[in-house]
Amino acid sequence: MAAPAPILRMSGIGKQFPGVKALDDVDFRLLPGEVHALMGENGAGKSTLIKVLTGVYDIDAGEIELEGRRVAFSSPLAAQQAGISTVYQEVNLCANLSVAENIFIGREPRRLGRIQWKKMRRRAEEILSRLDLDLDVSAPLSSYSLAIQQMVAIARAVDIDAKVLILDEPTSSLDAGEVAQLFRVMRRLKEQGIAILFVSHFLDQIYEISDRMTILRNGTLVGEYLTSELSQVELVGKMIGRELADLEKLEDRPPAREGAPLVETELLGRTGAIEPFTLTIHEGEVVGLAGLLGSGRTEIARLLFGADHAGTGALKIDGQAVSLRTPRSAVARKIAFCSENRRAEGLIPDLTVRENIILALQAARGWTRPIPRRRQDELVEKYISALNIRPANPEQLVRNLSGGNQQKVLLARWLILEPRLLILDEPTRGIDVGAKAEIQRLVAELSDGGMAVLFISAELEEVLRLSHKVGVLRDRRLVAELDNDEGLTTDRLTETIASGAIS
Amino acid sequence: MTSVTGLLDLRRTVPQKYIPVMVTAGLFVAMFVAGGIRYEGFATGQIVLNVFIDNAFLLVVAVGMTFVILTGGIDLSVGSVVGLSTMVSASLLKDGWPAFGVMALVLVIGAVLGLGMGAIIHYFEIQPFIVTLAGMFLARGLCYTISTDSIPIENATFTAIAQTRVDLGGDMWVSPSVLIALVVVLAAAYVLHYTRLGRNVYATGGSEQSALLMGLPVARTKIAVYTVSGFCSALGGLLFAFYSLSGYGLSAVGMELDAIAAVVIGGTLLTGGSGYLLGTVLGVLVLGLIQTIISFEGTLSSWWTKIFIGLLLFAFILLQRLITARRR
Repeated sequence: MAAPAPILRMSGIGKQFPGVKALDDVDFRLLPGEVHALMGENGAGKSTLIKVLTGVYDIDAGEIELEGRRVAFSSPLAAQQAGISTVYQEVNLCANLSVAENIFIGREPRRLGRIQWKKMRRRAEEILSRLDLDLDVSAPLSSYSLAIQQMVAIARAVDIDAKVLILDEPTSSLDAGEVAQLFRVMRRLKEQGIAILFVSHFLDQIYEISDRMTILRNGTLVGEYLTSELSQVELVGKMIGRELADLEKLEDRPPAREGAPLVETELLGRTGAIEPFTLTIHEGEVVGLAGLLGSGRTEIARLLFGADHAGTGALKIDGQAVSLRTPRSAVARKIAFCSENRRAEGLIPDLTVRENIILALQAARGWTRPIPRRRQDELVEKYISALNIRPANPEQLVRNLSGGNQQKVLLARWLILEPRLLILDEPTRGIDVGAKAEIQRLVAELSDGGMAVLFISAELEEVLRLSHKVGVLRDRRLVAELDNDEGLTTDRLTETIASGAIS
Repeated sequence: MTSVTGLLDLRRTVPQKYIPVMVTAGLFVAMFVAGGIRYEGFATGQIVLNVFIDNAFLLVVAVGMTFVILTGGIDLSVGSVVGLSTMVSASLLKDGWPAFGVMALVLVIGAVLGLGMGAIIHYFEIQPFIVTLAGMFLARGLCYTISTDSIPIENATFTAIAQTRVDLGGDMWVSPSVLIALVVVLAAAYVLHYTRLGRNVYATGGSEQSALLMGLPVARTKIAVYTVSGFCSALGGLLFAFYSLSGYGLSAVGMELDAIAAVVIGGTLLTGGSGYLLGTVLGVLVLGLIQTIISFEGTLSSWWTKIFIGLLLFAFILLQRLITARRR
């Protein structure tokens, strides 16, 4: 196809943060009517590029041209008015207002200052129907699912006469059906000539929807490619700048050692959260939990960590019956839990890397016995290098780290306690391929060292690659426990999840 | 048990957002009917109108408070501003100022105080609780610099307004203050529902962060609601001066709490973003009717009013909790 003139052109973009060169001489262009994926590891500069484009940050070097005219936006609002709209991972709408209002607030149709509700609702319906959505526009936004809310956000974005639509990880909290719906909407917009910049960590999604991609690594441009001409393996190689050796090494995972049972549950359950289940976790064993969102994976983890109280059944650790009344008693028994919601339940963004890492150890010792500063520095130093936390600066605030590195800080916090059972709830969600591989390798190493790991993930490949045994959950019930031998494939797992029984 | 299932049925047929207001309305009707059965001469229209007459100032103050609470804020200064307004009016009138000049000045003082507090809350990112607490002390202190004693108001215009009866026919009447209060309610309801300012108030209360990212003027909205609240407090103070025909530094102590109680009983969420002005009107009526019932009962001390308001508040906060929990 003859390439039309780019609607947006960024050339020679440079952006410097104290101590870091976030972007260095990056070129980027966007053609009308295409879906363009921006690819790169966490910290490669994707977010910075988007923020520079939408006026969140100033640029230090280079220039931006929109429709051939040089522009520089002072705020996201200014970018929006020029036709560049952004929809973020978190839905930034007001859930208490109606769907129609969320689309129009700030630009309501008015006569003599009076808002014309009827006209607003009618126009909202029109806009949504153009996106193939049929919603009750006077219902509050909170009555719809996250996916629908995201599409309302898109409807709001495109109604501002958008020429460029930026979707920053819109799919990370959506299920497969919702993603399909979002993609339908994206294709619709594409046909209308809107240029879409799409960021996602799911390679399959990138290949399904995007026409072209630009790859960044460490703040520099690797190149621009047609999606159809670049294989997934080549793409990952370009993103992380090395071969997939790390990932492949894991394929020959050593079999589980014959460890003693560490944690045994007998018909442990909690009404409304998880049906009674029986599960044994041995020392040095990785037990994967597979199942859909809301199938009870996290609920199992919370019971084993004492965050929720079991209503029925018994829990044994080292063969002794115990009752975990609080997370504190679980920590005392060397059980650690990395929550799936690392921002809300785990990390404290305004503390430094060092303070976050040291937190659990300090809590275990009690506040009356502070850890000497030198010991803190040693420990933190050790884990920063062991987990390859970047930037390797213990005094950096955690809020300034990328998602993958935040996850590693959280891991370090629990590893410092030298737990015997490590519960990881979605440790690799929302982080890039390189960091993912590192965390997976770490899990394998830890279990080789004798630690038991309960590994929860929505990605079946990952569960299969790491686990010795997979528990399958469906509708808050542990429906199957499968040994991870030659015969277990993702297809069989999917089938088990779908049918709710061992096939 | 039947009432619980009744509530569940209700939830299916009317939108959830109207339930708190309907509960308050139901409560008001139930109290009125119960009072009518128990006391002779209670079930008349004038009883309801008297509630309006005795609480017109509270109604106006509560309207301002509704704006503030809808954005998720709080304004503790309103009672003191009411007190200050009565003091400023009384002392200036004693010095021979014209009545309408005094009224205009009082309204400006209230609005400026609110504007100042709103600006501090927004630009210095300080909790509204602290800023308006400071405002509360400031305004109350200013009262005493004017005078520590009660100052009677003898101005002809003020006494005329205080003594006028607006006949509604059938032996029923209201004071001019009630009409002023109703105009304020209607204007405020229009602003909240039909203007951008009003919708921005709801959006800011729903999620300030989102409102900002959607390009709404959050700063202007937040400062505006405290200005509205300051203005309403000053107007409430004028109505209070009409009602009591005096200015006194200790008047309206604790009225901020009555106003907050009325707004909450009216079904507005303290976290912001949800509620209606009609609810606030009903909340004020419920509070007023409790007082009326207790005075009809005769044997109970007036402190029982506080006890009932306390119990009601608990009940309504629990109700809000239940409704928001369902929503999640």
